[in-house]
Amino acid sequence: MTRSIERTVAVGEDTERVDGRAKVAGRAPYAYEHAVERPLYAHPIQATIAAGRVRDMVTERALALEGVQAVLTPDNAPRLRTGQDAELEILQDSGVAFRGQLIGCVVADTPEIARHAADLVEVDYERAEHDVAFPRERSGLYRPDVVNPSYETDTDDGDVGTALASAEVRLDAEYRTARNHNNPLEPHTTVAVWDADGLTLHDSTQGVHSMRSVVAGLFDLEESQIRVLAPYVGGGFGSKGTAHAHVVLAALAAKRMAGRPVKLALTRQQMFTLTGYRTPTVQRIALGADRDGRIDALVVDVEEQTSRIKEFAEQTGVPSRTMYAAPNRRTSHRLAALDVPVPSWMRAPGVCPGMFGPEVAMDELAERCGLDPIELRLRNEPERDPETGKPYSSRNLAECLRVGARRFGWENRPAAPRQTRKGEWWIGTGVASSTYPVHHSPGSAARIERGTDGRYHVSIGAVDIGTGAWTVLGQIAADALGVPAEDVVVTVGDTNLPFASVAGGSSGTANWGSAVVAAAQGFRARFGDDDPPAGSEHTEAAPENPDTERFAMHAFGAQFAEVHVSADTGEIRVPRLLGVFAAGRIVNPRLGRSQLLGGMTMGLSMALHEDGVMDERLGMVVNHDLAEYHVATNADVPSVAAEWLDEHDPHVNAMGTKGIGEIGIVGTAAAIANAAYHATGVRVREFPVTADRFLTG
Amino acid sequence: MEADITITVDGEPHRLVTDTRTTLLDALRDRLGVFSPKKGCDHGQCGTCTVLLDGRRVTTCLALAVAHDGAHVTTSAGLASDDRGQALHQAFLDHDGFQCGYCTPGQICSAAGMLDEAEAGWASAATEDVRSEPTLDDAEISERMSGNLCRCGAYAGIVTAIREVAGTGDGHGEAARR
Repeated sequence: MTRSIERTVAVGEDTERVDGRAKVAGRAPYAYEHAVERPLYAHPIQATIAAGRVRDMVTERALALEGVQAVLTPDNAPRLRTGQDAELEILQDSGVAFRGQLIGCVVADTPEIARHAADLVEVDYERAEHDVAFPRERSGLYRPDVVNPSYETDTDDGDVGTALASAEVRLDAEYRTARNHNNPLEPHTTVAVWDADGLTLHDSTQGVHSMRSVVAGLFDLEESQIRVLAPYVGGGFGSKGTAHAHVVLAALAAKRMAGRPVKLALTRQQMFTLTGYRTPTVQRIALGADRDGRIDALVVDVEEQTSRIKEFAEQTGVPSRTMYAAPNRRTSHRLAALDVPVPSWMRAPGVCPGMFGPEVAMDELAERCGLDPIELRLRNEPERDPETGKPYSSRNLAECLRVGARRFGWENRPAAPRQTRKGEWWIGTGVASSTYPVHHSPGSAARIERGTDGRYHVSIGAVDIGTGAWTVLGQIAADALGVPAEDVVVTVGDTNLPFASVAGGSSGTANWGSAVVAAAQGFRARFGDDDPPAGSEHTEAAPENPDTERFAMHAFGAQFAEVHVSADTGEIRVPRLLGVFAAGRIVNPRLGRSQLLGGMTMGLSMALHEDGVMDERLGMVVNHDLAEYHVATNADVPSVAAEWLDEHDPHVNAMGTKGIGEIGIVGTAAAIANAAYHATGVRVREFPVTADRFLTG
Repeated sequence: MEADITITVDGEPHRLVTDTRTTLLDALRDRLGVFSPKKGCDHGQCGTCTVLLDGRRVTTCLALAVAHDGAHVTTSAGLASDDRGQALHQAFLDHDGFQCGYCTPGQICSAAGMLDEAEAGWASAATEDVRSEPTLDDAEISERMSGNLCRCGAYAGIVTAIREVAGTGDGHGEAARR
């Protein structure tokens, strides 16, 4: 195993992003913006029914338009290797599995012509009845084999029924989260070039190597025939973590137009259908405790949706398995398979929605036990991971709660709700816990080469979606090599570089950093500590970490919210958010703070705004743009602050980092809902928390 | 239908024949290769395509190129030619007012335009008394920057960066914060 970084000089430095100057000027090229010769433009054709099949597509009028190069349909599209992933195997048959599914595309000389021609294609459908309703009371739910990515679907420890029946204090309630859409500001874009050298993709992806692997399988190519580049990516939040169908459409078009680059940028509206989303969830939660608040029984039964053609089972019940001590625990997941687009990863899948219901339930339980909600959580701290029985590599939730309470000014908080009014506004405060597991993905490797410029060139196919990989991997390499950070040059975002795991699961810095440390230590072992000659080069993969088997590894945090609710209109404002986290070592405080604040801001957005509304007649999300699907704006976030404990965890990896990309969004929304209750006495168990909920008379 | 127009971008004049359906944003990006303004929604809802058009902040996805023959466009790249533009760039770096960087050129153009509007005495919805000279405290900055979405959630850094360039102290001005 690699040695831990012991002497940290660059790691922990507060620096600006190395890619920052290019980004502020707008000179960093995103997928659409790479120079290609004589590009063509593709515009998708989407199904306008939610279930059935395409009987016929009449393309004559489109093809007659000057500047149209091709119209791809299921009848004429290049063939793919099928049978693996029905989301991606587009234009291979006439079936329609959801409204908005890709059924063709126009390739033309300009984007305007392509879009116009796409409208001219006449599609004749054979319609079938569709079923898109969720979360109505419904039958036909099924039990998936596992939940994302490979957790047990159900768990049942102890005897929940008996424990609940004998509990002194009981709570049984239902909580719901809304359908959320990732909405990175850079729309998903693929520029595909199919020429004698093979296929080149400039793609807005969170993982160049994983994208290459998927595309190679679909098109029956060797991986060596495909190059995927993603040096700069305009956010992803999970929606660019796995291949979606538009990438395949761009590659199909490029294959047809061999030699000419094809640009395909989804529109904002198309993103609501084609790039994944977070399923709505229904969470039935039961808690049983003694009068002192010690939880004896915990039940989380989850219902959610997936698409009929591809299963995605959000692991909403999973965080409750490890969060608090409770000898009797049951969790379950059931899915409705519907004629809807394929749900997928969105920032902290499972954990984000799965820490809403339970953390509001904890607030309710605290009230029933007459306890402060922080005290309730402290009384239920487990000594070991309740799920596995393993010790935690580090668990500092209690300290986050205590430190946060001091910083936030929790002490003088009235215990009862609806106590504080200032003019028009009811004022309240709330708290919730955060957590996120430490994920490890094997196989990432890095190359270190001494350049003729005297600097150390670090190469790895990692992707920086705004997380700071360009910067922090250089800091890690500098300390691992024992050189100043300015002597290190990092290159990422290209399959020609050593393999890197996907930028997801808050694991990028951990996986890639481990590879960089291994490569740096291997480099020094081979070439010595002094002044290796230019051209000295070493590539090494991150070793396995045996401690991942011995310990339960999770980051924790505590989030505090102040909420004001208008007594007149029900308007809800969040003037203050504070998060205190214990997430291992923070490699760059400036960039790390942004990750946490960004997660909290998205959590606020989820709590107050985000709700993809399904029109059950049409089978589509009707508010499919940023004017009607609201995300938090600048004025929605008056004061948000993030701090962290100085946590040293020698077990997680050589850097001692736990991952901070997702934990910020976990718990925020529950803290806001709890604060809204404290302000008004109205308990909202469903997102988003909107003004009408407080106008109950 | 096509039209012959001239657009000056960051001081450099460009002549082009444009489809009359082409937006100013697409003319800049697809025709001129000017990629500093980004396309985020194409509907004027996100602000990533903001530039200064003849000195005023404008979402170029809502402007047709043909309607702006002779216009002067300043992008975030072009802003770096003056002191205030450089100060904005540096402040965004110092306070990490971005993560993925996609909304950033639009944010910075919007900030530059907004500073001019405030200096000219324009009120906003956050201005307590619209007859007074607005003071750019945090509430004013947030309100005036709310046409530019940042999904990475860098608003805290964006406000701090702009406040620093505006020179309005610690941000707690007269406009009451709820």
